Amino acid sequence: MDLSYSAEDIAFGEEVRSFLAEALPTYISDAVRSGGELTKPMMEEWHAILNKRGWLATIWPKEFGGTGWSPVQKHIFEEECCRAYAPRIVPFGLSMLGPVLQVFGSKEQQDHYLPRILDGTDWWCQGYSEPGAGSDLASLKTRAVHEGDEWVINGQKTWTTLGQFADWIFCLCRTDPEAKQQAGISFILVDMKTPGIEVRPIKLIEGGHEVNEVFFTDVRVPYENLVGEENKGWTIAKFLLSHERTGIAGVGFSMQALEEVKALARKVRRGGKSLMEDPLFAARIAQVEIDLEAMKITNLRMLFKAQEQGAPGPETSLLKIKGTVINQELKDLARRALGPAATPFPGHITDGNLMFGPADTAHNAARYFNNRKTSIFGGSNEIQRNIVTKTMLEL
Amino acid sequence: MDFNLTEDRQMLADTLGRFLSEQYPIEHRNKVAYEAPFHDPALWDQMVELGVFYALAPESAGGMGGAGFDISVVFEALGQGLCPEPVLAALMASRLLTSAGVEQDDLLTGARRYAVGISEIDAPYELDHIATAATAEGDGYTLSGRKSTVYGGHIADVILVAARHGGGLGLFAVEAHAANVTSYGMMDGGGAAEVMLDNTPAKLVLAEAEVALQDALNAGIVALCAEAVGAMEVTHAITVEYLKQRKQFGVPIGKFQVLQHRAVDMLTEIEQARSITIKAASELGGPEASRTASMAKNLIGRVARLVAEEAIQMHGGIAMTWEYSVSHYAKRLVMLDAQLGDTDYHLSRVMAGYAA
Repeated sequence: MDLSYSAEDIAFGEEVRSFLAEALPTYISDAVRSGGELTKPMMEEWHAILNKRGWLATIWPKEFGGTGWSPVQKHIFEEECCRAYAPRIVPFGLSMLGPVLQVFGSKEQQDHYLPRILDGTDWWCQGYSEPGAGSDLASLKTRAVHEGDEWVINGQKTWTTLGQFADWIFCLCRTDPEAKQQAGISFILVDMKTPGIEVRPIKLIEGGHEVNEVFFTDVRVPYENLVGEENKGWTIAKFLLSHERTGIAGVGFSMQALEEVKALARKVRRGGKSLMEDPLFAARIAQVEIDLEAMKITNLRMLFKAQEQGAPGPETSLLKIKGTVINQELKDLARRALGPAATPFPGHITDGNLMFGPADTAHNAARYFNNRKTSIFGGSNEIQRNIVTKTMLEL
Repeated sequence: MDFNLTEDRQMLADTLGRFLSEQYPIEHRNKVAYEAPFHDPALWDQMVELGVFYALAPESAGGMGGAGFDISVVFEALGQGLCPEPVLAALMASRLLTSAGVEQDDLLTGARRYAVGISEIDAPYELDHIATAATAEGDGYTLSGRKSTVYGGHIADVILVAARHGGGLGLFAVEAHAANVTSYGMMDGGGAAEVMLDNTPAKLVLAEAEVALQDALNAGIVALCAEAVGAMEVTHAITVEYLKQRKQFGVPIGKFQVLQHRAVDMLTEIEQARSITIKAASELGGPEASRTASMAKNLIGRVARLVAEEAIQMHGGIAMTWEYSVSHYAKRLVMLDAQLGDTDYHLSRVMAGYAA
């Protein structure tokens, strides 16, 4: 048992810091800090910068162009990126489809798609949820029929994050309606430019546009866009979801949020003193800071375990349950610290109507509302509890 | 960075765990833990022979360990076995003697039993409100005051007492027979004592003892946190097993989602508790020791109470009985919050760090 960083790890941290100081454009980190929506070119630019440095695919094996980093290195990198307000890397190609293709894809699929994920040619989105299939994902109805050398797809996907920017979508489709629910599903890759696809925006609680509905009407794609075996897509779906949960503790983002809350509480005045001197508020901060301190170690312990086992295990569900709640608590504290100064609607924030502090602080109410999503997406926290019940408690 | 135990520590954990499960089954434990002398003198001697105390002291003091992880390994095993022996008293005394640079062979060999008197009725946790005072007398000292809930004080030969001295705190050794010691058994088993000092002769061990006392408290906190983690692990395992076996409405109650999710939440929090204990153990003796110890004791206080109360509730009536082991684990988990600073006390210590 040894929590200290090795000399190599410390040197690596310094290398990451100096890289970020040099390579991360200020206009991008400012946009992240201010909490508004990032533009597509911003996200693409950061993706390309990381790819050029070879630090993009942190969870891929080296043979596919990944970094081959140790758990500690991944942790250091994530922490430093958050500290520098680097954008979150869009995960759909890198963290979700990439690992799927590496395990289930054909050699041709690997050779074709993986380099295009790295160089940013293809922006991927995720076609999982449907209006009638959320937590009960296996009840999905989007139908793919094998006709000649094509799939003909009809149906609807929803909650498609950043689908408005995507070139491709990976879809779970029902390919055998007679089979038992999980048995008749296939994993199919679809070019978003294919005729019959329509993307409609969903406006979220805080007014932002990050998710969409995607409609499929007689969409025809080549049969070889199938990944793995026909009707065996559920195995892939589960594999992908377990990868989706790595890094889902969001420890780096919560550390960033904690620093912001502390800075706010020191600036905000209440009753002639700083809010930090209010024992009730300070106690709320202290309690969540302690939870986060524990979560940092829990996250590292699970990363190590994942490395030893070669794949993330069901413990990642525990990370998701606790990590999202910690993050939500921090967003709530930031909103409460601001009090009425959190009032302006994001679209109406101007220097003239700000009651307090720099413009970025005014976004805290929006961030609080937006972040309620984290305990719902990626398998709701209730679904995570079901997973742990089955796999770890064996009830 | 490495989350595996060293071979030596793993061996120590296995040996102690085996010893406790073979020699100290819960029925025996409950028999000795609630009747004077509130422990098993024969098993205490055997634990001494196993070298448990040597693992708690550094080589410089004649021991073979003394690091945070040596302490946590020992106490996690003690917690799993719900051991009522006052090892915490020996640990904290050893820690103080090490800081003072005083030879401690009699402690390590078990020749003399030590306890530590810090707590007072009006200052159960905080060092800066200690009222017990030392007076120089001839070439020695006398102490006056009352030390409260002195863990292990019921069987101690020597009590190391924190007392006001020269504008600060000094550490003094008092022969137990020279003091007025009232022993009693505790709610959660094991023994403690009230120690009344009235011009009681004492030997100065360390003149300026604040730093040493804080270090002993930090080590004690790591020990208590690890003990809690061990006890919570067992409590959770018994609870999950019960969910599989107990049938109501024709099905095992573990099939009910309301209980499943609560069992998962217990597990999540226990993992967090284990993590913060690892953190505090790794920082013990370093500049962040007090802060991380406070973080750990706060989280342990919250989680231990959750696990105790949920375990009782999910079992139903059976865990309310003396007969069933969970009731005894639950008592230990709840009552250890009142040892060496409770949830609120340690939260306020973390908050105090924000003032800077």
